[in-house]
Amino acid sequence: MEGSGVGFSYPNDLHIAWGVMIVLYPYVTGLVAGSFVVGSLYHVFGRQELKPISRLSLVASLGFLIFAPVPLLFHLGQPMRCFNIMITPNFSSAMAAFGVIYAVYFIIVLLEIWLVFRKDIVMNARQNRGILRWFYASLALWTYDVSDESRKLDHKIVVVLAAIGIPAACVLHGYVGFMFGSVKANPYWSTPLMPVIFLTSAITSGIAMMVVLYQILMKFGGRTIEPDCVQSLCKWLWLFAILAVTLELLEIVCIAYERSEEWVVIGTLLSGKLAFSFIGIQLVFGSLIPIILLGIVVLMRPYLTNPLRNTIGFVAALFLLVQVLAMRWNVVIGGQLFSKSLMGFREAYQPGLFEKEGLGVALLIFLASFVFMAIFNRFLPMYEKKENGNGTGDGAKTGFTERREAAKSEEARG
Amino acid sequence: MEETKKTGGVTRREALGTSAKGLAGAMFVAGFGKELDVAGWLFGKDAVSKPAYDPTKHMYTFLFDISKCIGCGSCVRACERENNVPPHHFRTWIERYRVFGEDRVLVDSPNGGHDGFEPDPSGEVARKAFFVPKICNHCEFTPCVQLCPVGASYRTPDGVVLVDVKRCIGCGYCVQACPYGSRFLNPDGHVASKCTMCYHRITKGMRPTCVEMCPTGARRWGDLKKPGDPVAEILATRETHVLKPELLTKPHCFYLGMYKEVR
Repeated sequence: MEGSGVGFSYPNDLHIAWGVMIVLYPYVTGLVAGSFVVGSLYHVFGRQELKPISRLSLVASLGFLIFAPVPLLFHLGQPMRCFNIMITPNFSSAMAAFGVIYAVYFIIVLLEIWLVFRKDIVMNARQNRGILRWFYASLALWTYDVSDESRKLDHKIVVVLAAIGIPAACVLHGYVGFMFGSVKANPYWSTPLMPVIFLTSAITSGIAMMVVLYQILMKFGGRTIEPDCVQSLCKWLWLFAILAVTLELLEIVCIAYERSEEWVVIGTLLSGKLAFSFIGIQLVFGSLIPIILLGIVVLMRPYLTNPLRNTIGFVAALFLLVQVLAMRWNVVIGGQLFSKSLMGFREAYQPGLFEKEGLGVALLIFLASFVFMAIFNRFLPMYEKKENGNGTGDGAKTGFTERREAAKSEEARG
Repeated sequence: MEETKKTGGVTRREALGTSAKGLAGAMFVAGFGKELDVAGWLFGKDAVSKPAYDPTKHMYTFLFDISKCIGCGSCVRACERENNVPPHHFRTWIERYRVFGEDRVLVDSPNGGHDGFEPDPSGEVARKAFFVPKICNHCEFTPCVQLCPVGASYRTPDGVVLVDVKRCIGCGYCVQACPYGSRFLNPDGHVASKCTMCYHRITKGMRPTCVEMCPTGARRWGDLKKPGDPVAEILATRETHVLKPELLTKPHCFYLGMYKEVR
């Protein structure tokens, strides 16, 4: 662990305390918050064009939420003591809020998903036999009432939950930003803008993930991509990407313009050690290009075909997903590359591939969320089965027509 | 009647009598235990012979005289031995400042000053040069204690910031929060580690090891609550400085003869 650097660093500052796992954690929680907010645009604000992703966004939110604390466990020096945060929290610590915020948000998402999928669960419980029936019945809590009145009540609760969920999602991610923004020892982190920056980039990444996931799922499921849905997502994505990038730049511009002591080290960092990941990836590849692409999608709608707009949106969303990851990297790792002496730098941080806090584990944790979504989809499909699908697999024979009719009647009701 | 109340050869009267005696004994020990020093009898002679340490009667502080430090590294080595500090991690360290020409400042701290300092190979003569010993500042309003999520970091009534290694989860938040770079994650045990002001020594009336081993008296240590304490006297009458005063952490680590270049 011996390190050396340029200039003068406090000797203990040559070690990096927070690595890839702490980059991944805000990235995944950002996806949680972001995808939930997109879902709420439909559930609370009634954006009907977003109906195709209303379920996907909830399931994605849950999938990411389940695996959000995993990087933390890999990071902790004493993971077996992780529950100390919940059992004996220190109430003056921002980090100690984790237990409460995470638990509350988890309950909200779980309840909302249950209410949204309740009808499907009940139908599956009715149509299956044996252990599967028991499984679905227990998921339905042995309550089979799916009458119109009960569904109306469900819907009401969903709206309320989603409405509570939006501020909860903001708190969930805002507090991650606050954890960095409130470290006064580090001038690069210490700004009240930090929670807002984290929040806007979280929503950006969430919407971008929806654009990407939705199109991939539709493509591989052989279904049609609703151009209105993608168009609307792109519009929101454009807005939040512009907001996020503006705030990110505002922070840097302020520090630069004030020319205070820390700019000597932060300016050198951003144009030196972080030049590739900050200027190259975060600003040019991840911000400038997708914002132009999304501008084209939004402003030139009448002149472009639907598939072309979908594809441009897809590419822009992918770039933005990379941008947000780069932003997390630049904040978490970048903030540790200079010493708190403000006179020197560490050597660039290079995570290993196979170590405990390495890239391999990070990738596996990230992919685990998608595996969860696939398993969820296997038991409670997020989309109706394709109508003329050949050999529609095993899920099709269980209540396919009923579900389709139910969906149709639901649509008819609005 | 008498026969039937016998339990295992002991009458009820006897049984009650015995338990009453036992209870009285227990109450006696509990009530007069302090006078009899049961703890001392149970846990060793030290507790018997010495009065119990009362942390509320002390307030410790460090005082470093920059003009006296010669950068020999005795303190760093002594601390490493005393506290089992892992290599390349430091509970205390020494920085060398050299100022050339108008305002060119060169600072270094090779291996924390553990092995002393080599002369500059370039042979350039510095306008001024000095050594600055660094250690945990044991701040009164310390961010590390404020944001420890599990309350493993705490400040004792006698002014020492400590880590409960059995409670620490090793998240590293305090390492990020310390403006002075005094904390590190210990590779042995994977918990936060820092200067304890040799709490195991000072509570027994000894001085911290680094102070003990300093050959020039550059490191001093005192008790602000002790009448006539020389360090308290200096703090009361002379010009002293703390590191990064603008952060308002109220360090309990003061410097005599501070230079403006010190960070």
